[in-house]
Amino acid sequence: MSGIPHDHYEPKSNAAKWLHRRLPVVGLLYDTLMIPTPKNLNWMWIWGIVLAFCLVMQIVTGVILVMHYTPHVDLAFASIEHIMRNVNGGWAIRYIHMNGASLFFIAVYLHIFRGLYYGSYKAPREVTWIIGMLIYLLMMATGFLGYVLPWGQMSFWGATVITGLFGAIPFVGEAIQTWLLGGPAVDNATLNRFLSLHFLLPFVIAGLVVVHIWAFHHTGNNNPTGVDVRKSSRKEAEADTLPFWPYFVIKDVFALAVVLVAFFAVVGFMPNFLGHPDNYIEANPMVTPAHIVPEWYYLPFYAILRAFDGEVWVVIWASWLTGGIVDAKFFGVIAMFGAIAVMALVPWLDTSSVRSGRYRPMFKWWFWLLAVDFMVLMWAGAMPAEGIYPYIALIGAAYWFAYFLVILPLLGIFEKPLPQPATIEEDFKEHYGKSGSNGDTAATPAE
Amino acid sequence: MFRKLALTALTAIALAGSPALAAGEGGHVENIRFSFDGPFGAYDQNQLQRGLQIYTEVCSACHGLRYVPIRTLSDEDGPGIPPDQVRAYIEQNFIEVWDEDLRDYRPATPNDNFPENDAAGAPDLSMMAKARAGFHGPYGLGINQFLFGMGGPEYITALLAGYNDHDEEVAGTFLYGNDIFPGGLISMAPPLFDGMVEFNDGHANDVHHMAEDVSAFLMWAAEPNLMARKRLGFTAVLLLMVLSTLLYLTNKRLWAPVKKAAKES
Repeated sequence: MSGIPHDHYEPKSNAAKWLHRRLPVVGLLYDTLMIPTPKNLNWMWIWGIVLAFCLVMQIVTGVILVMHYTPHVDLAFASIEHIMRNVNGGWAIRYIHMNGASLFFIAVYLHIFRGLYYGSYKAPREVTWIIGMLIYLLMMATGFLGYVLPWGQMSFWGATVITGLFGAIPFVGEAIQTWLLGGPAVDNATLNRFLSLHFLLPFVIAGLVVVHIWAFHHTGNNNPTGVDVRKSSRKEAEADTLPFWPYFVIKDVFALAVVLVAFFAVVGFMPNFLGHPDNYIEANPMVTPAHIVPEWYYLPFYAILRAFDGEVWVVIWASWLTGGIVDAKFFGVIAMFGAIAVMALVPWLDTSSVRSGRYRPMFKWWFWLLAVDFMVLMWAGAMPAEGIYPYIALIGAAYWFAYFLVILPLLGIFEKPLPQPATIEEDFKEHYGKSGSNGDTAATPAE
Repeated sequence: MFRKLALTALTAIALAGSPALAAGEGGHVENIRFSFDGPFGAYDQNQLQRGLQIYTEVCSACHGLRYVPIRTLSDEDGPGIPPDQVRAYIEQNFIEVWDEDLRDYRPATPNDNFPENDAAGAPDLSMMAKARAGFHGPYGLGINQFLFGMGGPEYITALLAGYNDHDEEVAGTFLYGNDIFPGGLISMAPPLFDGMVEFNDGHANDVHHMAEDVSAFLMWAAEPNLMARKRLGFTAVLLLMVLSTLLYLTNKRLWAPVKKAAKES
């Protein structure tokens, strides 16, 4: 795999040879675990392991929760309280599952922004990136479906608002919405299918994760320099890489343990901090909450959705051009999905031949502005859509699109990149040669 | 790069508290130093028992606690009332529950939940302390919730002690002026008066003290496993810190020859 010359599995015992001739599964595991990995990976390369851990944790806790959960509009809310009060350790499982979703999204956002900064999406890793984006979309869907299950006020009204987005599609929208809900409004049929899909999608994600890992094992990992591992000889390849086991497994597991310290502090001491108090009120179709707010991880895109109201000139223009078919609501939906679509298309929008942002002096500034923009959008999404907030959201949304559609294509033409190290080995030596063994505080080369 | 992103992540966590901001605009809620605040906090059994007494003598006239099993009154981490006293409590207060099989009311057993009560249209109190947020912002940043907690019990205390004289009749319904309730008018008449409930231990029974006691009780009702949860938090955090240290040292030792080779060549 990965075209990097390295050791392959050789069965030694007779039993191992017997199995290997019939099913080379041990060899597959060996090659996967021993993949040559660039030596110079920094601490931003740990989020993949955190994400894999999250997926397993969510599936295990979720499978236990569903044993005690009742998907019925009259019983769902009470069954959650049954889990919290009567099931042994149920409160712990539920709080871990609830906050596990947040850890999952914190990790996935850091993982995505790592990829955006170091150009991990660039050739030949476009397929890895696209699969990753599909996983991210499925995560959003799974998170949304799961949030509906406790059948609190935000569950119900969140489901009403989000499925309403599909209702905004011209001509077929209402039919699609009814089909999704299983009726004219969010009701028992909705709850049942949402549980079914919430159970199914994580396994689809797991399948895609295998493909995601397969894809980047084929191309090899990116690294902070963006420079390729030398593949011409075994000796050169070994100077650039180390086997994943034990070097990166131990490193990643150490990082995971540190992340879990913070995670269990949240679960133990403030498990409801990231939730909404209204979800401890049972769903009531007769009472609309004062503000309907989605979970924090949707807020940046929720802000983009709301930013395009009927007074924005592009919306008026789009509405006029299409003879009113694209109204403000539908435009918002297009903008929200478009915001994710442009991110998925970034391998073809970024024209620079330099992978790593470390050697792109202008790109760096725009990238950090994008990170700030993401936070501002998240904040604007949580605020009521009145006063100055829609304008802030609109500016944020405009920058989000400008970054992918204008800035990245132009930067590749106008930017003069800094010199890159010739090899990963050189980068590694420069890093550790200067400052001794304490690499964490060393200045990043050429930055 | 990592430090910057770590900061970004922290801000994300802080920002994420902000949805709670939207939970209705009421008056300003003061932080109260409850015994169960903070990572080391624990419920005060005497306070929970006083709160139960206030709930039973005052609140339960209109409000139910339908999700709270009566037996949990015996929890060591909760009010800690011995099982025989819990049975006596049921008898003395004539607590009855609806039995689906008998199609009639029957006396409750400790394994039943507290009865529901929506006769007066009053909301159930089981999760009230988690369903309200007393603290917001500033500017939707979630910092106050991070420092002081969500402020559910503080909100209840402030509301119970927040009545003013600006009562109004709106569309034939008499509403009571309240500084804390969103909109300033609430249909619940002031439930507490100074000296209303007599405690066996002679504890202060002015409105503010009673409001605090019943809020603490409602926090327990909403979060009966709070103390077990904090113990889990400590155990997990300590064990993971030990594990992190060991893995850090393992990692350092594992990489030492690789880094040394890079330094020397």
